[in-house]
Amino acid sequence: MQNLNIYASKLVEKEESFSPGHRACIGCGEVLAVRLAVKAAGKNVVVVNATGCMEIIASQVPNTSWNVPWIHTLFENTAAVSSGIESGLKAMMRKGLIPQSDTNVVAIAGDGATLDIGFQSLSGAMERGHKLLYICFDNEAYMNTGVQRSSATPFGASTTTSPAGKKSTGQTSWKKDMPALAVAHGIPYVATANPSYPFDLMEKVKKALNVDGPSYIQVMSVCPTGWRCAGDLTIRLGRLSAETGVFPLYEVENGKYKMSLDFPRLRPLTDYTSLQGRFRHLTPEMLGDIQQKVVEKYNEIKAKAGCG
Amino acid sequence: MTKRVGMEVSVAIGEMVKMADVDVVAAYPITPQTHIVEHIAELVADGELNAEYVPVESEHSAMSACLGSAAVGARTFTATAGQGLELMHEVLYVASGMRLPIVMTVANRSLAAPLSVWGDHSDVMAVRDTGWIQIFCENGQDVVDNVICAFRIAEDNKVLLPVMVHLDGFHLSHVIEPMLFPEPEEVKDFLPPNKYPLPLNPAKPVAMGDFAPPFIYTEARWAHETALRQSKQTILKVWDEFAGKFGRQYKPVESYRADDAKTLLFTIGSFSETAMTAVDALREEGLDIGLVRLRLWRPFPFEELRAVVKGAETLIVLDRALSVGGPGGPVCSEIRSALYDANPRPKIVSFVGGLGGRDITVDGFSAIVKRGIELAKTGSDREFQMFGVRE
Repeated sequence: MQNLNIYASKLVEKEESFSPGHRACIGCGEVLAVRLAVKAAGKNVVVVNATGCMEIIASQVPNTSWNVPWIHTLFENTAAVSSGIESGLKAMMRKGLIPQSDTNVVAIAGDGATLDIGFQSLSGAMERGHKLLYICFDNEAYMNTGVQRSSATPFGASTTTSPAGKKSTGQTSWKKDMPALAVAHGIPYVATANPSYPFDLMEKVKKALNVDGPSYIQVMSVCPTGWRCAGDLTIRLGRLSAETGVFPLYEVENGKYKMSLDFPRLRPLTDYTSLQGRFRHLTPEMLGDIQQKVVEKYNEIKAKAGCG
Repeated sequence: MTKRVGMEVSVAIGEMVKMADVDVVAAYPITPQTHIVEHIAELVADGELNAEYVPVESEHSAMSACLGSAAVGARTFTATAGQGLELMHEVLYVASGMRLPIVMTVANRSLAAPLSVWGDHSDVMAVRDTGWIQIFCENGQDVVDNVICAFRIAEDNKVLLPVMVHLDGFHLSHVIEPMLFPEPEEVKDFLPPNKYPLPLNPAKPVAMGDFAPPFIYTEARWAHETALRQSKQTILKVWDEFAGKFGRQYKPVESYRADDAKTLLFTIGSFSETAMTAVDALREEGLDIGLVRLRLWRPFPFEELRAVVKGAETLIVLDRALSVGGPGGPVCSEIRSALYDANPRPKIVSFVGGLGGRDITVDGFSAIVKRGIELAKTGSDREFQMFGVRE
């Protein structure tokens, strides 16, 4: 991150596009990230929301937290709906039916809606090249329905459908590398972010909205309810996810990787896992294996960024 | 000046979409609908239609993209068939529940398994309760006219509901027919620009598709029901205006030689043309018979149906879909239900046939009618008759 960001808080827009009074859990990292992201996106925006926590907590009739145009339809089709909005606005502007404007389309969805059920729809929209920003708020499981595993759930995590038990040690697969899959679509901008680094997150949103084509940001979103951690640890856990290398922060502009934050030495994985109930059952041996994989993956990304 | 041109019906739909000056078409290829969207893609590629053609990766995404496009106020069209309609299924409820005026032509097709690309009404009947206005067509001219009417009806601010225009796959979608085409100016005159009342617009933010707890969900469904039921007034008005301008009158329930007929044959879709020939032949034989076809499937035309069957003793209903393990034909089931309290109540005999593209000839219809009259007298131990099946 650039040094000027340290002083950037005074430059941040005070007006909120996402109002307080919603029903998110105490310490929800995702709702914080959503608020920052839509603030960065500005007022000339249409937000398309997948079914999930953010939709449920902020749109219950007759209330809404949204001060910008907002639409929710279904779980798995957010990217397709967004592509229809972008196409509709484009056609109508071209035909002079509505005034010319740089209206941004921002899709927001959870990890289940993105990596699992909505993957095809997102792949289609990215491949077709619509100008839209898709932000995946990744809390690593289906939290809205009660903490079921998704393909974003980390190895070893205990969820309600990958429970740790006498014959199980939790999730048996490694987290799907969705940013890499987005990069494979050849889209101009891909990034990872984290609300524990708010200015970095907001800058990435602004950058994404300035590219001509699809952009994808995956935001690590701490979920105290699903991760079984204290609600006041959200910001700390977010930072630890970066400092341990579990969720590295980087950008990929036109295929070119760049680390947003780099650590000469990563903190031990247990600094991160020991604060969460979902990893409590893991033995030091298992944690050692996971640690190794985390470092491998981190170095892989660093190597791509040319600083390996 | 109206022109009479021979053209494939699917291509004609594309021409009407062009005359409607549609803004967005999002579609996915599926037989027997493909010729419709292929022609539209050509029109866009040649600059003849100023629209965004969104070549989505599935029908689920086709209807989803249509949601987005209609929600910003763009005139929106798509087409599908069979499996594609089923893949759209959950999105169809959202389109109508959110009151988005999308127009879709459906080249009706059977459903797998076993795989069949040919026509019947299995696809339509499975989406019966999705809350769309649904219009059936008998021939190419019906299709051409009703595509234009569909935009007028859907976008009318008293209606704001999506409309399906049904045409039988292959039997109608792939035939070349002489059809009367309006002039583009006439269509422009008949079809005003789409003015969606509350589009997604940063200058005037709205929230669409909120989460409805139990205290409001029932009211939302009732509002949808009321809107769909009341849309009939607008549908009738649009069809009357269309008749005034173009000379062809459409009605929710249409009939042929049915006045005071003792026996009525009921069909839906393109089979009624063959059935009319059969009615003529049976009349020659001295049978007192007429034909009734349902054009409007949703909202269901209860009053018109009750009026048209008054005085008839026997109704023979042919369905091109099967409610497996249930009452047999879905259309017959609804007709039975609508007439249960009629006094006197006619005898109603249910036939299911023409599945998976199997033809029913004039002789076939004559056989159905004769067997139906017999069964009305004797009764049957079966809920319905499967016409022409090798048991």
